[in-house]
Amino acid sequence: MHELSIVSGLFDILEEKAREHRAKKIVSVTIKVGKLSGAVPDLLVSAFDTYKEGTLAAEARLEIISLPVKTKCGHCGREFEPEHHLFVCPGCASQDLKILEGMDLFVEKIEFEV
Amino acid sequence: MEKKELIVRENILGSNKKVAAEIRAELAGRGVLCVNLMSSPGAGKTSLLERISEKLAAGHPMAVIEGDVETERDAERIRAKGIPAWQIVTGGECHLEARMIGRLFGKLPDKLEFLFIENIGNLICPASFDLGEHLRCVLLSTPEGDDKVKKYPEAFLTSDCLLITKSDLLPYLSFDPESVKKEALELNPKLRIFVLSALRGQGLDDFIAFLIERRAELASVHA
Repeated sequence: MHELSIVSGLFDILEEKAREHRAKKIVSVTIKVGKLSGAVPDLLVSAFDTYKEGTLAAEARLEIISLPVKTKCGHCGREFEPEHHLFVCPGCASQDLKILEGMDLFVEKIEFEV
Repeated sequence: MEKKELIVRENILGSNKKVAAEIRAELAGRGVLCVNLMSSPGAGKTSLLERISEKLAAGHPMAVIEGDVETERDAERIRAKGIPAWQIVTGGECHLEARMIGRLFGKLPDKLEFLFIENIGNLICPASFDLGEHLRCVLLSTPEGDDKVKKYPEAFLTSDCLLITKSDLLPYLSFDPESVKKEALELNPKLRIFVLSALRGQGLDDFIAFLIERRAELASVHA
């Protein structure tokens, strides 16, 4: 359960952006969560709801967009989503793959009242 | 009241990643190879470090940072081997973060070749936090069972090495090391896999030779 640490990182960004834009209130926050980021969306929402008390985001909603895992084959260039954690190119069977997306967590969008 | 929408696209763990990158660069500049050991509790991280210290430390100065939820026990075990060791007690937190490592930087001895970080015993959360290591090793002990790789994919996907530990117990268990190797390489073909026993010493020399080689590569790049 490290979602509280993740949410604490999220609030560092929210507070910085709210200051920059002189926001009075944060209405909603959209984040993108990679399927292999190790974070559980339901737990992120619980952690967010705990953390937001007494902040500018006290009434904010957390929207989560799940990001699938996207890989690119270094041999034939094919881009695909590995199934069942099988990191093998379905085109040429190469294992020389680069993970393009799906490992990280991003803040996508913040909605403020100013 | 006016509403405003801001597109951000910033990595939420960006501040941890930034600190980790600074640690990695600083240690590389000093010729210190930093190794992050991750596993479930009881897979044998501390025992492995004890054995490594016996074989490595005489010619290659090393230090250890221990992470645990409670107690100084692990750091005491390492200090008993004559190795500088610091304990981070997280008091409940399930993983280490880069800032916790950064705070100990001032204490590191000048003459150092290896810094080992023993992460909190947990096969899930530590995988998400870069500590500034050059080499991430995940341990899987044979009594844990051979089905763990795909159950806890992130730890294996983000590691450079897989250490199958407690190999001395293989004759008594249904653990199939070949099936673990196959599943691990399907997930992460770049994994270097070592099968070892801290108790009996099997496989240890190969792993230590690999560490020394990696350290030499790091030092030559930053010489």
